Amino acid sequence: MSKELLFKYVLTLGDDALILGQRLSQWVYKGPFLEEDIALSNISLDMFGRANLFLEYAASLKGSTTTADDLAFKRNEREFSNHILCEQPNGNFANTMARQFFLDAFYKLFFEKLAESEDEQLSAIAQKSIKETTYHFRHSSKWVIRLGDGTAESHEKMQSAIDNLWMFTDELFEMNEVDNNMLTQKIGVDCLTIKAKWDQIIDEVLSEATLKRPENIHMTSGGREGIHTEHLGHLLSDMQYLQRAYPDAEW
Amino acid sequence: MGHFLPSNHSSKANTLTMSAVQETAFQEKIDAELKIEAKDWMPDKYRLHLIRQISQHAHSEVIGMQPEGNWITRAPSLRSKMVLIAKVQDEAGHGLYLYSATETLGITRSELIEQLQMGKAKYSSIFNYPTLTWADMGAIGWLVDGAAIVNQQSLRRTSYGPYSRAMIRICKEESFHQRQGYEIMSKMSNGTTEQQEMAQDALNRWWWPSLMMFGPADSESAHTSNAMKWKIKRGTNDDLRQLFIDRTVKQAELIGLEIPDPDLKWNPKTKHYDFGEIDWEEFWEVVNGNGFCNKERINNHIKARSEGQWVREAALAYSEKKQNGV
Repeated sequence: MSKELLFKYVLTLGDDALILGQRLSQWVYKGPFLEEDIALSNISLDMFGRANLFLEYAASLKGSTTTADDLAFKRNEREFSNHILCEQPNGNFANTMARQFFLDAFYKLFFEKLAESEDEQLSAIAQKSIKETTYHFRHSSKWVIRLGDGTAESHEKMQSAIDNLWMFTDELFEMNEVDNNMLTQKIGVDCLTIKAKWDQIIDEVLSEATLKRPENIHMTSGGREGIHTEHLGHLLSDMQYLQRAYPDAEW
Repeated sequence: MGHFLPSNHSSKANTLTMSAVQETAFQEKIDAELKIEAKDWMPDKYRLHLIRQISQHAHSEVIGMQPEGNWITRAPSLRSKMVLIAKVQDEAGHGLYLYSATETLGITRSELIEQLQMGKAKYSSIFNYPTLTWADMGAIGWLVDGAAIVNQQSLRRTSYGPYSRAMIRICKEESFHQRQGYEIMSKMSNGTTEQQEMAQDALNRWWWPSLMMFGPADSESAHTSNAMKWKIKRGTNDDLRQLFIDRTVKQAELIGLEIPDPDLKWNPKTKHYDFGEIDWEEFWEVVNGNGFCNKERINNHIKARSEGQWVREAALAYSEKKQNGV
């Protein structure tokens, strides 16, 4: 039972990185300038690297012959447990930066705690991820500030991105049965305790960016239980196409 | 530089212009295999030739991100996805060095991009062919990057310093790209029947366009003679093409794929492969804008750039505010 819960816990971490990496990889050559194409590819690569580590670990917990690729390419929408925020479409550059900023601030705090996990594998992956996340956070928060405090047009776009994605941020801090069990075993992170710090970071950056923190927004969640926005299915049908069309092939 | 002047000043020598003296010194430097640097004197035609060639190379890297970008989201394994993203990212990096190398010649990146978008500057025609299956990712890495390496290895010795240094750096990364492509082809040609068919089909579609990448035959090439004299180019189109063919035929045999050329045959006398006639009509059609994806590639570039306009403006406005202490 405990192994099954650990599997679910690790799977969520892998799914978050995988789905966010896939979204970022859709930018490829579409960034506002070449240097930014490179930066977005870098972050996307870090996400896939992280997804690979978590999913390999999850596959090993699952046993038999399951591989990280099986978990990435052969599960259906309802079996993905990523946070809904990760699957949100790229939209314009401000939307992508808002999504990234919320998640980077969260994961920066999350991995600092996960590094203390009694599960050695999780602790090791968390330690590796802290460095990357620090860089990602610097990149996304600086863009939020630049766009918020740039031109009237960029300010409006950045504010609207923050407002539109805010509804998905509460889900990051929800604790379900799996999380509580992992916390009791000193394997997982208490997300409730990092919420205050996250709020503080967000407020500081939004204030420097001359942006308003959204208020009275109805919050949505469900990703951890496999209830997603409709966007995820399309993302998966694209990502999983070859593996599904040629199930006997090896790539 | 006086020693380049004839010792007894005849009336003819008096008309010798400063630029002719400089040109002689310039050519001597080139003949001595010395590099020309950004601040050195150079003939206008040399400068223009370099701007045209290096920017065309930069644009090729940048437009080349599109056909491969087409498969990033559909790459069939985590590993192949990461390798492909890294490769496309390298191309963006190569585009950057090459734009910087071109900027040393007195033109800005935005002017170069404008030339590309207006159709005044070209990029390698190979990127106007569509990538239809995953095997095309293999064929591009193996053949297109393979052909590019042959050309770029020769350009490491080009006479213009910044271009030569960019080529040295780029060549190191390109050999990783070629291995990545060959690995995909090799896996697929050893895979299921469907995979083998995809691999052969990709080779069939990409082989001839890859040979065209070296440009027209030497007898037809408009730019070759000055470029060779100035050592901008270090090998002729035909020689480099032959080198590529000789290298690649053996690689195809090794993974059981057949080169789509019935006239391809080892010639023991020349110690090279003889090969069939290249369809130059197709080549010129694509160069002149009538390839499969010419319009789409440029439209995508224009779209991305115009959608990023507000972001670039915001970044500029923000940095001006900060400089002014606002």
